Amino acid sequence: MAVRTFIEAIREGLRDEMRRDAAMIVLGEDVGKKGGVFFATDGLWAEFGDDRVIDTPLTESMIVGVSIGAAANGLRPVAEIQFADFIFPAMNQIISEAARIRYRSNGTFGCPITIRAPFGAGVHGALYHSQSVEAFFAHVPGLKVVIPSTPYDAKGLLRSAIRDPDPVIYLEHKKMYRSVRGEVPDGEYTVPLGRATVTREGSRVTVVTYGLMVHYALDAAERVAGEGIETEVVDLRTIRPLDAATVLASVRKTGKCLVVHEDNRFGGFGAEVAALVAEEAFDYLDGPVTRLAGPESPAAPYASVLEDAFLITPEKIAVAIRTLAAY
Amino acid sequence: MYSRGVTNSGAPTMPDPVARSGLPAARLREIYRLMALARALDERAWILNRSGRVHFVISAQGHEGAEAGICAALTPGRDWLLPYYRSMAAVLAFGMTPREVMLQQFGRADDPGSGGRQMPAHYGGAAHRIFSSSSPVGTQALHAVGIALAAKLRGESAVAIVMMGEGASNQGDVHEALNFAGIHRLPMVLLIENNGYAISVPAEKQIAVRDLAVRAAGYNMPGVTVDGTDVLGCYLVMREAVARALAGDGPTFIEAKVTRLTGHSSDDQQTKYRTADDLAEGRGRDPLPAFRDELRAAGLLDAAAEAAIAAEVRGLVDDATDFAEAAADPDPATLTRHVYAEPDDAGTLSPPPGGGPS
Ligand SMILES: Cc1ncc(C[n+]2csc(CCOP(=O)(O)OP(=O)(O)O)c2C)c(N)n1
Ligand SMILES: [Mg+2]
Repeated sequence: MAVRTFIEAIREGLRDEMRRDAAMIVLGEDVGKKGGVFFATDGLWAEFGDDRVIDTPLTESMIVGVSIGAAANGLRPVAEIQFADFIFPAMNQIISEAARIRYRSNGTFGCPITIRAPFGAGVHGALYHSQSVEAFFAHVPGLKVVIPSTPYDAKGLLRSAIRDPDPVIYLEHKKMYRSVRGEVPDGEYTVPLGRATVTREGSRVTVVTYGLMVHYALDAAERVAGEGIETEVVDLRTIRPLDAATVLASVRKTGKCLVVHEDNRFGGFGAEVAALVAEEAFDYLDGPVTRLAGPESPAAPYASVLEDAFLITPEKIAVAIRTLAAY
Repeated sequence: MYSRGVTNSGAPTMPDPVARSGLPAARLREIYRLMALARALDERAWILNRSGRVHFVISAQGHEGAEAGICAALTPGRDWLLPYYRSMAAVLAFGMTPREVMLQQFGRADDPGSGGRQMPAHYGGAAHRIFSSSSPVGTQALHAVGIALAAKLRGESAVAIVMMGEGASNQGDVHEALNFAGIHRLPMVLLIENNGYAISVPAEKQIAVRDLAVRAAGYNMPGVTVDGTDVLGCYLVMREAVARALAGDGPTFIEAKVTRLTGHSSDDQQTKYRTADDLAEGRGRDPLPAFRDELRAAGLLDAAAEAAIAAEVRGLVDDATDFAEAAADPDPATLTRHVYAEPDDAGTLSPPPGGGPS
């Protein structure tokens, strides 16, 4: 076991898969010599060369569309969208094409591509370098959406995503890149897509979350533990497909469910979890399913005071846990 | 402007087709047969639509000459086709059978491209290297480029041909595709079938230049505008494009000026926005009788051969119609299958690991 930052784990995942599978290529803006604007692909170009680490023009639709075609003809493309905020020019290729090639061809063509993108606020990125985009993709049958929270999961889930026969949107909260560290095994391992994990066990309240918010929820759980509130934290890891069984088992145990995400609340992924719990665990509930999510602004504004007001914090989560526990 | 050099009486003013194309007479008759078959299938689709047996038709009539000529320079099994909804002649050239075309028209379970999931004329066929096509126009240009990139990186000798209308050519994806193909000198060819209309909007309201091929200069590739009713003219242009692509010299942009002989689709009435003169001029540029006359005039297609082709085509279309009409519908229980990979999916045509870039 070695201790790695979140981004080191991603970089190792890419490198190890490229070593394992000669059909894998990486393509995106600045992914070559520079190694990506966050250095997620640092070192890949030196090891694998121009053919397999491709600096593309500044054209997101091309990055995804060419990946789709390359996958149809035998390659395993891993595309990087420099910031999730700039994935929208590729939306048609992702939704109309990648997500439904298998369905529309009745299983005679597949689309084994992975699209990585850094997302999330808290690094002064302002309106166009801090958005959460997961809800757009979670809505689409044919896509898988992965949002890891630890270096271990980041590497293991990335390897699974790359090997997966279907298109995977792999979202990396950029605030975690260097601030989150954890143990990563030296050898080969994968983490399966579509399985949540219970990161902390508790009996009074379930917090369902993913990505950076897992860390904030654990922090909040510590804060309220001294007050006798035992909080269970469920890290979804993959939001599509959603591991309903793990969520429901936890809520049936605690009777209370708080969903937390940085993405804004209205029509957000929390609504899906809340609906699931209401439909499948209604008889077990003794408090309202509650959502703590980003405010009704399109993304985090720039000025520090505005950004701070936007952000979810461990303290905000602790307040929400206390309120729910009081029922 | 695009008169074909053949008079009404069929008197040739062009060189002999065999000499001009280098293709043997039998191959030329095969090209004519392909066009006639595409036309007859298309006409049958309209009858099926007007008699309430298929919900929708989008026609290839008028586009067959360009596609047949272009495809004559390609090698099915080796090359990839990224078709659009007027690519009837092209999918036949790549190996789809009339029965398969009709299964798709009827949306039957055995439709090889989609199992009845896609609208008519949304072709696909993994067995023939015909990539699955969608409805948003222009997106397939990028898939062609990706396929060509993979061919190049894997050291495979193949050409990707992508087809679309001049309206679709204005989409951003097409620009992004040509730019990338130009940078990497990829083995792909873009064929724009310019029929002068995007549904009802005429070319002069869609395109700021007269000949689209001039756009090629912006991507550092040759651009050629060709008379799309001149089958062998299209063939010759494509033969050069294929040679360039296979030699590693990169992509080619071909614009074929064609005529749309029908309304945009079975839901369109083109007399609402086209003048009688315009329609008459369009009808005068039908590639099918033109190519027939060219072969006749050169003595390559006698009355007996022509009648034999007509009879064969009629038989194939009748058989395909009966076969597809009687074929089973998809099972409603399969509605949500193949959203994600299933164990029995052919999936992609991925070679085993190790088949990557060397
Ligand atoms: C992105 C997109 N917008 C609109 C449409 C609706 N539509 C279908 S075909 C068409 C016109 C296409 O014209 P052109 O590309 O010239 O091809 P043609 O039909 O003339 O062969 C339109 C507007 C569509 N399919 N996709
Ligand atoms: Mg047109």
